[in-house]
Amino acid sequence: MTARPYNFAYLDEQTKRMIRRAILKAIAIPGYQVPFASREMPMPYGWGTGGVQLTASIIGPDDVLKVIDQGADDTTNAVSIRAFFAKTAGVETTTDTAAATVIQTRHRVPETPLNPDQILVYQVPIPEPLRFLEPRETETRTMHALAEYGVMHVKLYEDIARHGHIATTYAYPARVADRYIMDPSPIPKFDNPKLDDCPALQLFGAGREKRNYAIPPHTRVVSLDFEDHPFERTKFDAACEFCGASDSFLDEVVIDDKGGRMFVCSDTDYCQKRQAAHAREDDGVESRGAAK
Amino acid sequence: MYVAVKGGERAIANAHALLADARRGDRATREISPDQIDQQLALAVDRVMSEGSLYDREIAALAIKQARGDLIEAIFLARAYRTTMPRFGFAEPIDTAAMALRRRVSATYKDLPGGQVLGPTFDYTHRLIDFSLGEGGEPAPAPTAPAGLEAATPRVADIIARDDLIERNAAPKPGAPVADVTRDATSFPAPRDARLQTLARGDEGFLLGLAYSTQRGYGRNHPFVGEIRFGEVEVEVFVEDLGFAVPLGSITVTECQMVNQFKGGDGEPPRFTRGYGLAFGQSERKAMAMALVDRALRAEEFAEERQGPAQDEEFVLSHSDNVQATGFVEHLKLPHYVDFQAELALLRELRTEDRGQRTEEKEESSVVRPPSSVVRTEAAE
Repeated sequence: MTARPYNFAYLDEQTKRMIRRAILKAIAIPGYQVPFASREMPMPYGWGTGGVQLTASIIGPDDVLKVIDQGADDTTNAVSIRAFFAKTAGVETTTDTAAATVIQTRHRVPETPLNPDQILVYQVPIPEPLRFLEPRETETRTMHALAEYGVMHVKLYEDIARHGHIATTYAYPARVADRYIMDPSPIPKFDNPKLDDCPALQLFGAGREKRNYAIPPHTRVVSLDFEDHPFERTKFDAACEFCGASDSFLDEVVIDDKGGRMFVCSDTDYCQKRQAAHAREDDGVESRGAAK
Repeated sequence: MYVAVKGGERAIANAHALLADARRGDRATREISPDQIDQQLALAVDRVMSEGSLYDREIAALAIKQARGDLIEAIFLARAYRTTMPRFGFAEPIDTAAMALRRRVSATYKDLPGGQVLGPTFDYTHRLIDFSLGEGGEPAPAPTAPAGLEAATPRVADIIARDDLIERNAAPKPGAPVADVTRDATSFPAPRDARLQTLARGDEGFLLGLAYSTQRGYGRNHPFVGEIRFGEVEVEVFVEDLGFAVPLGSITVTECQMVNQFKGGDGEPPRFTRGYGLAFGQSERKAMAMALVDRALRAEEFAEERQGPAQDEEFVLSHSDNVQATGFVEHLKLPHYVDFQAELALLRELRTEDRGQRTEEKEESSVVRPPSSVVRTEAAE
């Protein structure tokens, strides 16, 4: 343990206070990107520095932290960030979604519904939903200020004209509290409905871009669509090979070089919980059988 | 099974152990020490200090060792160390006119007060591999200048300014707030202090390429090297309790002042304009590139038409930081399988529909086509 020369959760208290102020502002203006004085962190930009700073600013000694990447607790970057907080804050960590008070995530929203005592912290690469339509920050800030979102609808319309579908499958833009359009970070659009009316506080941190934004609990979040082309969640024709779930986001795993494929839950905690439950049911059947 | 997801923790620990082993290399060769890096790879240390925004040779040398000579990685280490340091104030502006010079050259005057001082430079060396360096042995002691000949060495820009031929610098405003790009999110248009700080931390290669592009017509600004000077300057900090500034120590810097195409009008006589570059240590290429880009970024201020990327403030300032750039480019190797899966699902759906559509078209066309052509088509297949 070499963390001693560093403050609790790495950042100094002045920095945490500055970030918490920015978070409060973000909560007060749902979906609005609040600039904050993002610090250099000991992990690379683009690897979760925004999420890490938000987590470091809100975490307390009694919190229980869960970190996921692609829905899984044991992907390398999730392991690294969890180890960082275990080392610098000494907090309890968990893989159990229900047991966590703070969940930091990259690219997924857990399948298990969140509760009001939880905060979900998203790692965000590009916070600006309009960035790929207009590269200039000076322009996009004006567009947000005037709620001038026509270009976004034109983009989605062009998708339909070209492909017959809205061809955005992740980082699908959504309107927060009937005002700002936000980028929900590159979560699959499958997860977008979970953002709406969520009982947990959702915070979004972009370290390199020095922005944070928030969705307060029970806020209306509507994925952009058209009356004749309503938003559709990605559907899978398969079920999870391990737990049989047909309601979760599935990862496709290539299992051989002959085109063999297998689908498994992206959310490892959800999958393991379901497998354990099946095992208990099976045990129950067996033990009843043995008693006879 | 399912190796990609399981066992991440042990894999990481093992990879780091392997990294430490690879860093040391063959144990039969002698281990390099941070002092050796400081003394013998001094220009690498200078670059890490400049772009790491941390004047600390010891930390920079250690970072280079830890990074196995990868300077961007070393800069990253220096930055991550720097960010944890408390900040207790701003120094007074350094006075480069009072620099203890180790090198000073001007391309605008053949001779000038204080003379041209070449100092330790690669300029005019023939770039032939010196095989004797591989054999060890000490170089002959360098000749020294006779003592006591220290003449005044005014800055070239000040000499030109005496005749009012170059734009006047804004008068210093004591006590005015100073931007700190490491503590504030940059907004555009960026004030000059934020611009210069960003350029000073900017990647040498990126700025070099941009500077070069201005010379090739993507935003020409007709530069002359007014002066490059390299040496030691004193750093002072104003102490409230004492009511005066006290010296903290000295740092080595390279300053480049470019003299650029003139401007006039609006009741002002024509004058040369300026581009400014400053870097820690001996970082001449960086200081020159910075000065060219600084001037290019003033296009708006001089109502010049913006013709090249080097003149585009948002483009340049948002992409010059190599720690940000390397992080974001390299993050692409993090898993993206969730997003990829979502794309795969859509792509398959589109292809299914496409196939359906084409079958329909074929059926439709087979209806209108005379039977003989259908037979021919089938025969061809």
